[in-house]
Amino acid sequence: MFASGDQMSIAETTAGRGGVVGEATPPATAATERPYLRIDRLSKMFGTFRALDDISLTVFEGEFICFLGPSGCGKTTLLRAIAGLDIQSAGRIEQAGRDISALPPAERDFGIVFQSYALFPNLTVAKNVAYGLENRKVPRREIDARVKELLKLVGLGDQGTKHPSQLSGGQQQRVALARAIATSPGLLLLDEPLSALDAKVRVHLRHEIRSLQQRLGLTTIMVTHDQEEALTMADRIVVMNHGVIEQVGPPIEIYRRPATAFVADFIGTMNFVPGVVEGPGRVRVGQVLLNCDMAEEAAGAEVTVAIRPEDIVVHDVRPDEENTFEASLGEMEFLGSFYRSELSDPALGRANLLADLSINRVRGMGLESGGRYRVKIPKQRIRIYPRDTQNG
Amino acid sequence: MASIAQDVPARVRPKLGRDDWAMRGLIIAIGLYLVVTLALPLYAMMSKSFEIYAFQPDRIEFQVDEGQGWGPVINALERGEELGVLSRDDLITTADGRMQATRFFPDFSFLAETRYRIRNTQPTKGGFMIRGEQVTHDEWVEYSSADFRRVTLRPAQSKGLGNYLTYFSTPALFSSIENSLMIAVISTVVTVTLAFGFAYAMTRSCMRFKGAFKMIAMVPILVPSLLPGIALVYLFGKQSLVLKVLEWLFGAEAILPLWQTLVQGGYGPTAIYGPIGIVIASVFFTFPHALLIIMTALAIADARLYEAATALRAPKPRIFWTVTLPGARYGLISAAFVVFNLVITDFGVPKVIGGQYNVLAVDIYKQVIGQQNFQMGAVVSVVLLIPALIAFTVDRMVQKKQVALLSARAVPYEPIPNRRFDWLMFGYCGVVAAFILGVLAVCQYAAVIKFWPYDLTFSLKNYNFDVMDGGGWEAYGNSIRMALYTGVIGTGLVFLGAYLVEKGRGFGPGRTMFQFLAMMPMAIPGMVLGLAYIFFFNDPANPLNAIYGTMAILVICTVTHFYTVAHLTAVTALKQMDPEFEAVSQSLKQPFYRTFSRVTVPVCLPAILDISIYLFVNAMTTVSAVVFLYSPDTALASVAVLNMDDAGDVAPAAAMGMMIFYTNALVRIVHAGGTRYLFGRTQAWRTR
Repeated sequence: MFASGDQMSIAETTAGRGGVVGEATPPATAATERPYLRIDRLSKMFGTFRALDDISLTVFEGEFICFLGPSGCGKTTLLRAIAGLDIQSAGRIEQAGRDISALPPAERDFGIVFQSYALFPNLTVAKNVAYGLENRKVPRREIDARVKELLKLVGLGDQGTKHPSQLSGGQQQRVALARAIATSPGLLLLDEPLSALDAKVRVHLRHEIRSLQQRLGLTTIMVTHDQEEALTMADRIVVMNHGVIEQVGPPIEIYRRPATAFVADFIGTMNFVPGVVEGPGRVRVGQVLLNCDMAEEAAGAEVTVAIRPEDIVVHDVRPDEENTFEASLGEMEFLGSFYRSELSDPALGRANLLADLSINRVRGMGLESGGRYRVKIPKQRIRIYPRDTQNG
Repeated sequence: MASIAQDVPARVRPKLGRDDWAMRGLIIAIGLYLVVTLALPLYAMMSKSFEIYAFQPDRIEFQVDEGQGWGPVINALERGEELGVLSRDDLITTADGRMQATRFFPDFSFLAETRYRIRNTQPTKGGFMIRGEQVTHDEWVEYSSADFRRVTLRPAQSKGLGNYLTYFSTPALFSSIENSLMIAVISTVVTVTLAFGFAYAMTRSCMRFKGAFKMIAMVPILVPSLLPGIALVYLFGKQSLVLKVLEWLFGAEAILPLWQTLVQGGYGPTAIYGPIGIVIASVFFTFPHALLIIMTALAIADARLYEAATALRAPKPRIFWTVTLPGARYGLISAAFVVFNLVITDFGVPKVIGGQYNVLAVDIYKQVIGQQNFQMGAVVSVVLLIPALIAFTVDRMVQKKQVALLSARAVPYEPIPNRRFDWLMFGYCGVVAAFILGVLAVCQYAAVIKFWPYDLTFSLKNYNFDVMDGGGWEAYGNSIRMALYTGVIGTGLVFLGAYLVEKGRGFGPGRTMFQFLAMMPMAIPGMVLGLAYIFFFNDPANPLNAIYGTMAILVICTVTHFYTVAHLTAVTALKQMDPEFEAVSQSLKQPFYRTFSRVTVPVCLPAILDISIYLFVNAMTTVSAVVFLYSPDTALASVAVLNMDDAGDVAPAAAMGMMIFYTNALVRIVHAGGTRYLFGRTQAWRTR
């Protein structure tokens, strides 16, 4: 959007993105329906290793997208291909209707923030932020005003004269963010921006980045391996593994209805137990018959049954309800706000189930290790996957 | 996993931006510089070593007219053998070989009325020559006897292994290989052992004055390698300073017989002129190089290993053999090969103190400067290249492993005070330091007395360089100019090259090629490089011939000679910078030269200063490459040391050597001050 030498009016460009910088505007509803970035059949080879395998994805204008996956899944490779830093071997990328597949980074339109911040250590905070504004025939006065505005925006209004090494990690990352959005790019790329920070700072900065992104209506792609980060920040999550996309969807959907066993295992905690399909919507685990929403496989098919520990209910379970059975409670592992315990019963066979029991519930019901209790697994919470695809 | 290939999307050919083109252009330009100043000269030298010059009398025919008309046609070869004036050995010669035509006419008299005809039957190179004009056509040329005596046969050039055959069938030549290898191996063992002890003291003891010891240990880097040779001549030579002191202490009668058996026996008048002297002086000048490498290796020791060993109640010697030595093994191997390479390629030491003991590096000099036999010089160079290349390759392989060790997260080892051990180490380092300073002190003493050992009054007459061989004070000025040019131009070139190859985008084959070219100079001995320059730049057909004999060729040669270490220093500094700086700059649409000048250069300034100092100091002390390349207008101080020593002006040579030392020491001090100032000024952002 900003070929070098372009005259730039700060007021115009920021307003054009639907947010006046610095003013408290109500958060815009995140994404629009207008496609902004189209990725079509992207592949990337490193020698004979296929880092990206035929990836297609559409990102909408104003959307916050997270690429989530274990290390080596290709999420950073995909981000770097979008940035033009490591151009894909094959496939097409289109940004705002323009084919950018082969363009060098300088001819694309994005701002980027890295895990290492990559702040220029010998330049002051203000000079770092101004770096991309200089060399464009913008008057000094305007640059200074813009830098001031940006620093205020990221909450560092009075830190402009310091050098990066004098700031904390969180502050440095804010400077990096301010520098990346200084030129008002159409796309913001975040490469594990919070991974180098302390847990507390990380949680705080998560919200700040998200609200800033919403205020500016800035299309943003963030790479992360931290599922919590992805779940709390993203409009949509792209779960990747081995260079392919496993699932794309809003956080709640990814969590509740993981499309594959890999996603189910990677996000949150999941019990995987072997089961056999008894008929449509009926599956058997050991001797226990369970009703479920899935199980379209033919009767007799061996499947993997997935149940989240927190979905196992122990309170107010009536014996006549469906999907209930008795089980003994194993060792109670204290994990802060809840206990994690293992349920076992001869009827379940070797399939032991982890269950998360809230502190209140344990106290209120007097649950004890070794006791036998009636438990229930809500039908709509059971996921069924073909046996051979289970990675966990 | 593999997608089924139906309509596979077309491969993407990345489009190059302006920056990419500029960076590629610059890489190619600097790469070409290395090709022209290194690869091509080496190629010229290689092909020179295969050049054979031989007279071709079988192609020459004569006719004689003694007043009765032209006689029969005489073939020169047949006649020469018939008359016994020509043997096969006489045919092999050099490029400048001449053979008198009258040789074939033993009864020749230039007063006779006889007329001669001569013809070159095969119109190729060679033929014959009169008054500087060469005749190669195949027509008869007629001469009076007065002219005929000036006719000389010229050799023809061909390619072949002849020079190598000659080399390996001449014991006086190939025995140098054994000599060189032996000197290098012994010096390596001694240097590495001594340096290990010193490094051990520096890293494992709590002795005092570590800083001062380290400074003293680095001194040999600042002097030309000729200087320790000169000091040894004074200490143990014909007018031995040591002998004089001993005589003064114990009386001449007591000490002289013992001295004569011990020192003046063996290898001639004094044993110091020969292998012993070469080894001692080599140890002196290679010591700091080995020390730096071994100290680095010992410094990265992991304290946890020592804690574990102590907890397992291992006795101290066992800890030394099982923890300390294995941990430093790569450093030791690397140091050994670096020292080996330095010694085997060094020219200054054996030149000054080698006496009749021939080594390869000096052979090159003798062949080229003494006998003007350039082909044989090239052959010796190729022979010298082989051990140098092997040592270089092993060192590079070992260095890579050392890096892998460094990256491990280790807890640095902190020595614990131990009175006895610390004093023992202090004593050892004291002896080494005293030897190093002693060498300098002897040279300085010799430089400021009138005439050792007869007139010991103070005098500055040895500093009157202008009345001596070697170029005088002008040579000193030239050296400083040359070192400054080398420091400034070399640093710029090296750093830019390293930046482009480290931070450039794409262009893999080009960058790999460049890396290879940048590593090559380290494997090439200075003498070989200098000789290669003669062959390449002194060729009239070369358009770059104009720089031959100028300051420019000295600077170019020195920059190229010391390119590798400077390049590696730059690469190390650049690798420590965040690799994403360039990515961020590109996303902000800033041209690479802006990031380079505003961020890369300021952040790497300490390394840049290190590189410039390294180049300056080496330009001041180097002899080997430039000894072939200086002209009367561009004589250098280090070469002046060599030439004055050669001419017997040993004291002035020592004086000039010390001038080089003081200059380098001063520059070093200024550099240290400058670096400290820089760190002070940029303290705000340099967190070190």
